[in-house]
This record gives sequence, structure tokens and C-alpha cells, in this order.
Amino acid sequence: MSRTKGPWRGGNAQAGLGTAADADKPRLTTSAMIASLAAEGQRTSPAPFGHALIEVAQDRPEIVGMTADLSKYTDLHVFAQQYPDRFYQMGMAEQLLMLAAAGMAHEGFVPFVTTYAAFASRRTFDFISQGIAEEGLNVKICCALPGLTTGYGPSHQATEDIAIFRGMPDLTIVDPCDALDTAQATKAIAAHDGPVYMRLLRGKVPLVLDEYDYAFELGKAKLIRDGADVLVISSGFMTMRALEAASRLAADRVDVGVLHAPTIKPLDTETILREAGRAGRMVVVAENHSEIGGLGEAVAALLMREGVRPPAFRQVALPDAFLDAGALPTLHDRYGISADAMAASIKGWLSR
Amino acid sequence: MEAQQPLANTPSLEERAYRIRRNALRMGEVQGQGYIAQALGVADVLAVSYFHALRYRPEEPYAEDRDRFLLSIGHYAIALYAALIEAGIIPEAELETYGTDDSRLPMSGMASYTPGMEISGGSLGIGLGIGVGMALGLKRKNSDRFVYNLMSDGELDEGPTWEAAMSAGHWKLGNLICIVDVNRMQADGPSTGVLNSEPLAPKWKAFGWHVQRVDGNDIAALVRAFDAARAHEADQPRVIICDTKMAKGVPFLETREKSHFLRVEKEEWQPAIAALDEGRTS
Repeated sequence: MSRTKGPWRGGNAQAGLGTAADADKPRLTTSAMIASLAAEGQRTSPAPFGHALIEVAQDRPEIVGMTADLSKYTDLHVFAQQYPDRFYQMGMAEQLLMLAAAGMAHEGFVPFVTTYAAFASRRTFDFISQGIAEEGLNVKICCALPGLTTGYGPSHQATEDIAIFRGMPDLTIVDPCDALDTAQATKAIAAHDGPVYMRLLRGKVPLVLDEYDYAFELGKAKLIRDGADVLVISSGFMTMRALEAASRLAADRVDVGVLHAPTIKPLDTETILREAGRAGRMVVVAENHSEIGGLGEAVAALLMREGVRPPAFRQVALPDAFLDAGALPTLHDRYGISADAMAASIKGWLSR
Repeated sequence: MEAQQPLANTPSLEERAYRIRRNALRMGEVQGQGYIAQALGVADVLAVSYFHALRYRPEEPYAEDRDRFLLSIGHYAIALYAALIEAGIIPEAELETYGTDDSRLPMSGMASYTPGMEISGGSLGIGLGIGVGMALGLKRKNSDRFVYNLMSDGELDEGPTWEAAMSAGHWKLGNLICIVDVNRMQADGPSTGVLNSEPLAPKWKAFGWHVQRVDGNDIAALVRAFDAARAHEADQPRVIICDTKMAKGVPFLETREKSHFLRVEKEEWQPAIAALDEGRTS
């Protein structure tokens, strides 16, 4: 199909267009590619990945950092500044980046490799599969801009990264929630022997989980908040959104529990089955990812396979589509992954 | 650890190449197929690699002080097995298992199956990039060992090959030696028609490499080229472009219409071995 004559995506910003509902709202501008996810006034912590990595690398001289021209945008520059001779700038060549990391791991080093999630998943899959994972090499692939964390458009929105990587045997997949989770996960994957893909929140990263009795453990899902009506199983920053949604719904006397499952693969089947098996709770899986192939489908298949039947099963996830460009708050509302949108969805599902 | 040096009573490189070809033909016969034309063509390169250039101990194929030899072209496994058998890294008896279920010698070379196989190279075009990482790693360890990467001319079609070539030049990886087997035949036909990568030498040179192009079936020329590559003083990666003849050493196969996957009939394997024996030079 030719697009040469339109219709064009966008266009509502032209004078006189747009829906009536939008009429009195100021239009947000697309933020910088690497905008912080933090809401105004939210506590944040700077570059939790970079700082955790230099801490763990202090006693681990075999840890090296490698990037494809994106150290500043993946917080690996923190490592590069601390350990300049352990940092490898491989150029904007992601395929080579993965292969060279494999070579380094062959020689006994532990490369922490960074790029954007879209490029690692879509562009370098075969190089990770055949260069790294098939040989079980100890490479940590840490990627910024996972899911919908940039308004830049589909070129940089990795809405399918988990779907892509879940199919890769022997690859551990981690999707941390906030600054605390990212820092602890960084140390945990450094201690783990084997290939890992970690979704990276970078820059000023919201700090939320320090208010809870929580610690990251690789392969473990943790119940962060209990609730009698709904169980949200979530990963990444959607756990933060789920906690916000849960507080709002509490005001409406809807009791929402939140089970944070930052290790997508291998899934903590025991905890998920136990929590989802508790009688009478709707199960909602919330993820910053396409509804196809992510945590939602992983949990659904698990529950089906094991005969666990919650009264209802729903997904809060991105649609199976190439998403719009725009400001992140606009897009998160539009695609249902803001706290408000999520609370509204859950309320709607409960009232049916 | 020193390179394998020919002692008075050790076989000549020509004899090593003959035995590598013979091992490959015997494996081909077991399986009834195999990338035999490539194996026969590259046998001289492997003989010079394993019995002149490489430093290793057969009984300890992963010793830290070995030179690394990467087979980027997974389907050349039959050729490398033949060399690893001749080198004493794989027992000769195991040749009978080539390509059979549960063998350590599968059709495509994989590190997890075979002693002495450094990487899994079946997905073409990945060896040189891994070689860049290993060369960087060896430098980090202040090792003076070399990384050799054997690739085919077909792999020059692959983008990552050139990412790696540019990177090796950038990092001045004088410990990386790339061997390109130019047999001019790819899966769909002659290389120059599938995707012309010539002129090769100027390309590599432009990427910052020390370049040599030799007759890959001329053992004396190969020895000179490997020696020059190792002795080259500048901090540059080194490439030896080897023009080889497919099915070299078995005249009735050499003249057969060339194809990527040369068909050899069941009754032809023994005559092929006989023809090879006839041309034995030592």
C-alpha cells in the first residue's frame, strides 16, 4: 500500500482539527528522547544502573562496559568515567557490539553491554542468540528505552522486545521497576552466571520501592501490596503505576494487590500460581509492552497450563500496533498505561 | 608454547594437507554427503594453520596460552574436524561418527559439541566480530597470542563482517589474523554473481588492515604469508586472502560442474580417495 497520498498519521495539531474533548487541553510537545518517567515532584535517583555497576565492578576487574555509541543515554558513561580503561566504545554497530561482547566473554570477561532496547531486540537478535546465548556466555545486555518510554515513534519504541527475547533459550529477562530495583537488579545479574537481558530505566529514575518491604531477587516475584478484590501482576515501571492505581482505587473501596514480577524469564511460577490461585480475585497483568508475547501471555499460559482459574483475567498492555509519536504522558494515557487509565480500566472491568 | 615445528621425522605440510583431505573424504563417505568441495579446497590453509602457525597443545585444547582459531563458516566443520583429527585433538576413530545422531562431530560446527571448536559459526558472518572481542580480551590480559578467524568469501556479503573489519582497524588489533577462503562459490552460484565483493585487497586495506593475497593451495606461499602476517610490525589487523580451488586434490571432482553442495555418489567416495592417494606428493 502506498502512503504517497496519505492519509498521514498526526494532523490533528493543525488549526481547527482535533476532537471536542481535546479542545481546551494544552497540547504537550514531544519531550526529549530520553525524558524521565518521573511525575512532577516525585523522588528520583540519578543513573542507578551506572552507579550500581561501578560499585559491583570495584571488586570484579573482569567486568567491562561496552556500548554502541550510547553510553550517555544508557548511564554507562558513569562506568566509563570511573573505569576508562575498562570501557569499550564499539561505535554505532550493534551487531558487532554483541559479537565483540561474546568474544570478550570467551576470554573470561563479563561485559555489560548497552544500547537501546529496540536495537538490541530487533537488530541484533541473531548475534545474541548464536554468538552469546547458544554458548551460555556471561554477557549482560542492558537496554534503555524499553517499551513505550520515548515519544520518538516506532523507530525507538521497543514495544515488542520481551516478545522477541522470550523465545531465546537460556536468556534471563529482567524488567525492574524503579531506581532501587534497577540498582539491586544490576548487582544481582552481575552475580548470576549466564546471559541476561535487562530493561533499563536511566537518567533521573523514580524511586518508589524503598517505601515498601522489598528487595530484588533474581527469579522471584514479590507481593508488594496485598488486596482482596484484584491482583495486579506487573513488571517494570508498571508496578509503580499499579501501586498508584491501587491507592486511587482504595478510595473507591476497591482493594488491589500488586505482585511485582521483575524477572520475566524464568518466571517465578510458584509465587504467581499461589497468588493467582487465591480465590475470588480478578487477575490483571500490567506491563510496559505489547499485549502480544510479554508477561501477560506468559502468565496466562501458566495459569491455563496449571488449571488456575481466576474469576477474570485482563491485560494492561500496549496495543499490537506501531504507536504514535508524542509526549509520553499523552501516549501513556492514550494507550492505557498511565495510573489514571489503569485505575479506570480496572474499575470498568469490575463493574461488568 | 611454541608453534608446531616440523621435526626431521614429522610429516611435511603437504602430507598433513593430504591427510586432512583424506579424513574429510572418509567422513563424507560415512555421511554420504558433506561440504567436501570446500574441505578439499581449504585443506592446505588448515595444514599451514595447524602445523605451522598455531601454538597449541592437543591434549589441552583450551589452554590459556593457545592461539585461538575460529571457524566462522560452520558448514566447513568437516574440514576442521579433519584437521583436528590430524592434530590429535579428536581421536581418528571418531571420524566414523561424522554427522550421525549424538556424534560430537555434527554437520555444522558448534563449540558445545566438539573439542577444539572455539565458536558456533553456522550463522554466517559472526566469526570476525567474535574475533574482535577475543582479540580485545587477549590484549586486556596482556597476552601475545593470536586470534585466527577463518571465513569464506560468501561471508563478505554479511554486514557485520565489515563492522568487525572497521572495528579491528580502529582498535589496531595486531593480534587478529583473518583468513578469507575465496573459492568463488556461494549457495546460489558464483560469488561474483551473487554479490560481487571484489576488489578485495583494496577494501581490506581501506579498513586499515595489512593485506596479503595468495594462492591458497600453494603451501610454500601460505607459509610465507602466515609468517609475514605474524611478523608484521605495525599495529594493524592482518588478512590473508586465499584463492582456493574447490575439490582440490581429487581431479575428477575438481572438473565437475561446481556447486556449493557438491554431489558425490555413493560409489564415488572410494575412487575419490584413490584419486587423492594417487596425487600424494610425499
